[in-house]
Amino acid sequence: MTVIESRGLRKTYGTTVALDGLDLRVEEGRILGLIGSNGAGKSTALNAILGLTPYDGELKVLGRNPWTDRDALMNDVCFIADVAILPRWMKVSQALDYVAGVHPRFDRAKAEGFLARTSIQRTSKVRELSKGMVAQLHLALIMAIDARLLVLDEPTLGLDILYRKQFFDSLLNDYFDHTRTIIVTTHQVEDVQDILTDLMFVNRGRIVLSCSMEEFESRYQEVMVTPEKVAAARALKPISEREIFGRSILLFDHADRQQLSALGEVRTPSISDLFVAVIGNQASQSPSQSQGAAR
Amino acid sequence: MNTPSNVMSDLPMESRVASPVSIPVVQQLYWSVRCELWENRSIYIAPLAVAALFIVGFTVAMVQLRRIVADPSRLESMHPHQVMQMPYNFAALVLMGTTFLVAIFYCLDALYGERRDRSILFWKSLPISDLTTVLSKFSIPMLVLPLVTFVITIATQIVMMLIQNVVLFGSTLPEDIVGHRAPFFVTSIMLLYHLVALHSLWYAPIFAWLMLVSSWARRAPFLWAVLPPFAIGVLEKVAFGTTYFAELMRNRISGGHEGSSSPGMGMGMTMDLSALHPMHFLADPGLWGGLVFAAICLAASIQMRRTRGPL
Repeated sequence: MTVIESRGLRKTYGTTVALDGLDLRVEEGRILGLIGSNGAGKSTALNAILGLTPYDGELKVLGRNPWTDRDALMNDVCFIADVAILPRWMKVSQALDYVAGVHPRFDRAKAEGFLARTSIQRTSKVRELSKGMVAQLHLALIMAIDARLLVLDEPTLGLDILYRKQFFDSLLNDYFDHTRTIIVTTHQVEDVQDILTDLMFVNRGRIVLSCSMEEFESRYQEVMVTPEKVAAARALKPISEREIFGRSILLFDHADRQQLSALGEVRTPSISDLFVAVIGNQASQSPSQSQGAAR
Repeated sequence: MNTPSNVMSDLPMESRVASPVSIPVVQQLYWSVRCELWENRSIYIAPLAVAALFIVGFTVAMVQLRRIVADPSRLESMHPHQVMQMPYNFAALVLMGTTFLVAIFYCLDALYGERRDRSILFWKSLPISDLTTVLSKFSIPMLVLPLVTFVITIATQIVMMLIQNVVLFGSTLPEDIVGHRAPFFVTSIMLLYHLVALHSLWYAPIFAWLMLVSSWARRAPFLWAVLPPFAIGVLEKVAFGTTYFAELMRNRISGGHEGSSSPGMGMGMTMDLSALHPMHFLADPGLWGGLVFAAICLAASIQMRRTRGPL
């Protein structure tokens, strides 16, 4: 089943184009990582999906129009749209009472179970909790909701590595069950590399790369070569090259694995290295293109 | 999706379909209002604090009165109304003033605070419509605060009566002074009428305007609420030399036509049920014009809450 489908999704703020015709299709049971630099349009896309902002173009989330149907949609969609946005005056027990009161799919016992694993006191106010604990509380609330789509927009920004790891571990172990769908954006790409099933790069309001993680692993390869083999490696047309400790690391798209292994050790690149390569190439190409057009 | 690995997850899928799809609107309103009371405890703490202070002051006054009563020469000069009725009316007035102030500041923050602290992103992640949210917030000045004022005022007046009786016990007050107290039931009805007519219905456009400003302003909602009406008044005065708008504002805040549409304004609160003219009040075009204006402001606030994100 298709959870999200968009065609020509556009959003402009004045003269700034935030989304420039996004065609998106997310199937049920996927964990999609939306990767992009600041201002690339990730948050705008997610806001449109969550019914927080109007847009142009076609967009259906679970068969509904998110802008006109937000409140009904939120029965089946959950989101964490930033770190520590829980109301600071609220007590933990009040948060549980309130969500239990207004959400038809909230399982209070489940939330209590998640909270029991943390050191969060039921009588504490949100303002008394550390940032990491607020994230834990929010996640406990969200994971106790039997939703079909979960959207996480920078859910771990500013948290230390322990909280971050725990956050994504419990998401994967206690929540994800192959009938739910998760979309996550984060700048700490290495945190999510192992849990994603799909990957999407966004730049200047456009999708510049979209593939499943299986595809990612078979398509992209990285080879570390010694200086004398660099020329041979370059002949195979890498999409990027960088140097570490006098050795070159070359990233290939659709290259022959046997040819590569003759040059050096072949491995799957990290998402962040691929991102830098893809976006870096775009950045270096587009000015020359526009110059060419001007001439 | 029927591969063996998914057999386990088919179960929650079925229960998902069977579970209720939505929560009744009444229940959503109940929890939304409850949430407002959790957040804005000044709704009841402020009038309670004022009531407590008032009772302390009143006790001191009664102790002094006991001394006066013991001295017949000074008793002569005492106005019976001053002793037996005025403190009670004054208590009601002070409490109403307090909750009016609370209402103003509540409305100004209602849709502004949640954007400032970004908690709107949490509220909007729950299946509650902007309509329900705005209405639940509007019910605070319209229903909750008048009710709170009524209950606290009645409780305060009962405590005052008890104190008066205890402190003055044994001292003989002349009959004409004691008999000067209006029947409690009558004053309660007067109070309730006054709260519903003036503090809820008549002030509705003020509260709705303040909520609209709070849904829209990016900063300084108080200035945005006050300066535009002030500017219109000044403009009218300078351009046409008239003061219709200023008069309209004054009339709204002071409670309409004296005596007729909203009786009991100010210190001269009449304690006679026959002074109430509900039909007269309901026939006032100012009331209906105000309610229409309030409805427009509310509709605009709902639209604003829909589009405006966190600050």
